[in-house]
Amino acid sequence: MIRLILGRRAGHILALAGVALAVGVAGCGSSNDTTTKASAPSTGNTIPVGILHSLSGSMAISEVSVKDSELLAIDEINKAGGVLGKQLKPIVEDGATDWPTFAEKAQKLISTDHVAATFGGWTSASRKAMLPVFERNKALLYYPVQYEGLESSPYIFYSGATTNQQIVPGLEFLKEKLHVKKLFLVGSDYVFPRTANKEIKAWAKANGMTIVGEEYSPLGNTDYATTINKVKEAKPDAVFQTINGDSNVAFWKQFHDSGLDAKKLPVISVSTAEDEVRGVGIKNIVGQYVAWNYYQKTPGAVNAKFVKAYKAKYGADRVTDDPIEAGYVQVHLWALAAEKAGSIDVEKVKAASKGLTFDAPEGKVTIDGENQHIYKTARIGQLQPDGLIDTVFESKGPIKPDPYLKSYAWAKGL
Amino acid sequence: MSTIAKLLLTRQIKASGFIARFALVAVTLLLIAPAVLSDFRLSLLAKFLCFAIIAVGIGLAWGQGGMLVLGQGLFFGLGGYCMGFHMKIVDAGPGNLPDILSYSGKYSSLPTLWKPFTYAWFAVPMAVMLPMAIAALLGAAVFRQRIRGAYFAILSQALAAAFVIVIIGNLSLTGGTNGLTNFQSFFGLSVVDAGDQRILYFVVVIVLLFVFILTRSLVLSRYGRLLIASRDDEDRVRFLGYDPARIKLVAYVLAAGMAGLAGALFVPVVGIISPALLGIVPSIEMVIWVALGGRLVIAWAAAGAVIVNWAKTSISEQFPSGWLYLQGLLFVTVILFLPKGVAGGIEQLRAMASRLPLPGAGRLGAPSVAATPIATRTPAPPAAPKAAAAATATAKAKEIA
Amino acid sequence: MDVILNQLFVGLSIASILLLIALGLTFTFGQMNVINMAHGEFIMAGAYTTYVLQTALGTGAITVAFGLALPAAFIVAGTLGLILEYLVIRRLYGRPLDTLLVTWGVGLMLQQLARDLFGAQNVNVDSPSFLDGGVTVAGVDMSYPRLFIVAVVAVVIVAIAMYMQRTPAGRRMRAVMQNRPLASVSGVRTTRVDRTTFFIGSGLAGLAGVGITLLGPVGPTLGLAYIIDAFLVVIVGGLGQLRGAIIAALALGMANSFIEYNTSTSIAKAGVFLLIVLFLQWRPQGIVVQQRRGLQ
Repeated sequence: MIRLILGRRAGHILALAGVALAVGVAGCGSSNDTTTKASAPSTGNTIPVGILHSLSGSMAISEVSVKDSELLAIDEINKAGGVLGKQLKPIVEDGATDWPTFAEKAQKLISTDHVAATFGGWTSASRKAMLPVFERNKALLYYPVQYEGLESSPYIFYSGATTNQQIVPGLEFLKEKLHVKKLFLVGSDYVFPRTANKEIKAWAKANGMTIVGEEYSPLGNTDYATTINKVKEAKPDAVFQTINGDSNVAFWKQFHDSGLDAKKLPVISVSTAEDEVRGVGIKNIVGQYVAWNYYQKTPGAVNAKFVKAYKAKYGADRVTDDPIEAGYVQVHLWALAAEKAGSIDVEKVKAASKGLTFDAPEGKVTIDGENQHIYKTARIGQLQPDGLIDTVFESKGPIKPDPYLKSYAWAKGL
Repeated sequence: MSTIAKLLLTRQIKASGFIARFALVAVTLLLIAPAVLSDFRLSLLAKFLCFAIIAVGIGLAWGQGGMLVLGQGLFFGLGGYCMGFHMKIVDAGPGNLPDILSYSGKYSSLPTLWKPFTYAWFAVPMAVMLPMAIAALLGAAVFRQRIRGAYFAILSQALAAAFVIVIIGNLSLTGGTNGLTNFQSFFGLSVVDAGDQRILYFVVVIVLLFVFILTRSLVLSRYGRLLIASRDDEDRVRFLGYDPARIKLVAYVLAAGMAGLAGALFVPVVGIISPALLGIVPSIEMVIWVALGGRLVIAWAAAGAVIVNWAKTSISEQFPSGWLYLQGLLFVTVILFLPKGVAGGIEQLRAMASRLPLPGAGRLGAPSVAATPIATRTPAPPAAPKAAAAATATAKAKEIA
Repeated sequence: MDVILNQLFVGLSIASILLLIALGLTFTFGQMNVINMAHGEFIMAGAYTTYVLQTALGTGAITVAFGLALPAAFIVAGTLGLILEYLVIRRLYGRPLDTLLVTWGVGLMLQQLARDLFGAQNVNVDSPSFLDGGVTVAGVDMSYPRLFIVAVVAVVIVAIAMYMQRTPAGRRMRAVMQNRPLASVSGVRTTRVDRTTFFIGSGLAGLAGVGITLLGPVGPTLGLAYIIDAFLVVIVGGLGQLRGAIIAALALGMANSFIEYNTSTSIAKAGVFLLIVLFLQWRPQGIVVQQRRGLQ
């Protein structure tokens, strides 16, 4: 009788046991924070640091590589003796392409793991979601991606470019080298392209360029036929492209198939880097332009060493690019600041960061003490048949970060 | 006659059992949880309890009414944005523009859409009424056309998807993909302060308990029986002279209102509302909570929201990449083997326990409903055992609620 | 004029893509009442099959790999469908809404599996050289990949119509669709017909995946981008209706193309959703209504 019942319901019991197990694990997981609560941050021989990127969901495509480079930097620092004689212990969390999850995990890293600093984020939305958490807890976030500017939180270090280090040089390149008079703007529908295009329009007005069209598509859009038709009709000299994520692949493939190429209609993109090119297919994009601060082929011994280490750790087929490099650099910047301050205390690290310099793969970088952005050299690159990017235009030395574009006359009233 | 007397008697016993269980949960949430949990975990729990409010609504519309509501994100978002607008305006102070609006440089004063949200007496009721109004419009049209089952599910999903596109497309008004974030205060409470967060937690608990009691008494009422009857056989209800469209509409509108209420509470608790919370994926996740907890039992539907989210948070903390597999697997096994969720599993265990020592006595608790499909099918199911099933289902619902 | 012709072609192209991703669903949804949310992941499986073949055969044989991918993706996705049917779906017949939730869970697992197997980043699938570029006829720019997809869809439609109308297996399929119990008592082995349907339906998703590689990204979350559109085509067209699906895809494709041309991509997407809601008010069963030989 018992066997009969069990036999019939074995599946149900199994399932229930599974649920019970899951809840049990959950219970264990949540109980540990009360125990670690008492322990001070850096007791023992390790310093916990947080890494918070989307490891699942649609942004995993981009963010996993940055997580990898941050772990590489932590490895290097640990091999060289750690920070203040202690080993760094990375605590990796998944933001899951969900902005409230970023906020939740950030809070968890701060209040449960007592991390000394957190490295993470990619989208503007994830940064905006985390910002109040870090400000409220007076904890540090290092953010590795170029972004739309107009922000300067005292608890965030911005290791990617702000607009005057990427978009403005891109426009100058179009004007001076390609003699562009008519420009078409194509972007994804979110804050970065909208803000960038607003600035581009202001700049164009002051520099005698006409904007002949402006198109936005939802993130994740996969059909650009109509957009491309509109571009063709407007007959621009060049396209300024701020499409992000998966849609990039669709745009480039369909742009190529519509019979356009770099000779007929040059496109400059500010969100297609080497890592994305791998998914695009080089023949669809060869000869086109991108604006960043770093490429895998950027010359220098420091970069050669970085690229070699990255490939050795993650596979020869992997490439490095601007956000990947920024992720690597920001970990080193924090470690240097902590060493200089002789402490991992947030305020001391911040004070020590003022004017701090580091020999990064992209060249010498300096932290601006005022807005916690980084002096960066702008580089315009051109896609080569091997899938890598050659620099074709470079700013004269590192550009001072100016997230609010205060030093530009044309940007008044933005 | 004697059977009726017996039934009444058992119902009374069940009722006192319910009060005991309800009191236990209330005490745990109101007294024990705040004492035991750290500030961080308590605010997490508050977030999960917001989700539980949505789950109560889904339990009503789906579990009792048979409408698979796959677009609750829409209503959650409407509630959230109503509250978000209000809090942003209050944070900015009178005469100043909220940061989201000044960002685009388009506006020099509050746009017309935002203006009414200056007033709490408008914003707070709107957070609940607006979702209800939209649900009423959609539901009235859809149910009258007898669109049901999968059609209704996918339609409500498409609507949520369209809403997300509209929010994102109107960046300068809504903050776009970034959503609204960086709030400071909520009716004088500081969103930042740990003590005030505790007060918020109690607000959420009380709202949840209130919504739960309301829904439960609705399910136990005459209306509740009609709702269950329309779930099990809509045509039969129509033949009896009732209008199933109207019956379902009430449940759907209430579920939308609850989602809106949850959204309004979510914003001060979590401090963000963004389109990422409203689209297709989160909407399906909401239904998952309820399916895992137990769609037929309101209390377990709510518990499902807390259990799944708690598990998600803790497991993804321990094994960041394992959660997706586990979530998928959990989901498949539960729906396959426990169509009534954890609630059904517990019921079965209880039935087995009562059967083991005394083989004959378990028949009363035999899980007969488990075998009959709960969802409305497109081709009409064989009608014979339906009425009986409906009656049993009602009894079950009471038994465990 | 050029504009209108160009947008007509865009509309046709969107329609063919919609149809390609939705064809398989019309049958699994129409015949078996199974809402297969993992359909998107089957499309992804087809796309990754193309990638695997290309990597295995090397850069010299891209055209060969692409040619092989068409049948291979059909079989891979079809087999995945069979496994899903055997392990999960056959336990859920008569519970359509539950199939939706279960297959969603399966889809999540397949996504994570793809991420673990092929990495989180998008992979590159090169289009064969004969599909490079396009042709301009009467002022209309037609790219070869889009023409190719239109052609594939046309062939598939003809093949399915022949199968349904001319073969005994197709007749059995129609019989089950129209009245399952009656077909069953007339000696049709419905479980076997179901399995065949599911294989074909899922296989078509794999085929769609190969086509998609020509136009869009190939990554773990590829399926999410297409699944809802596919369902909308099926719902607007009417369950199990090839004719309905074709009309629906054309209507949605054209609506999308022209609304987008006159407004923006975002408004076009939202607008099409709203049109569908309104349309279903008018015809809740879709464009073509299934004739069922049974009591409704």
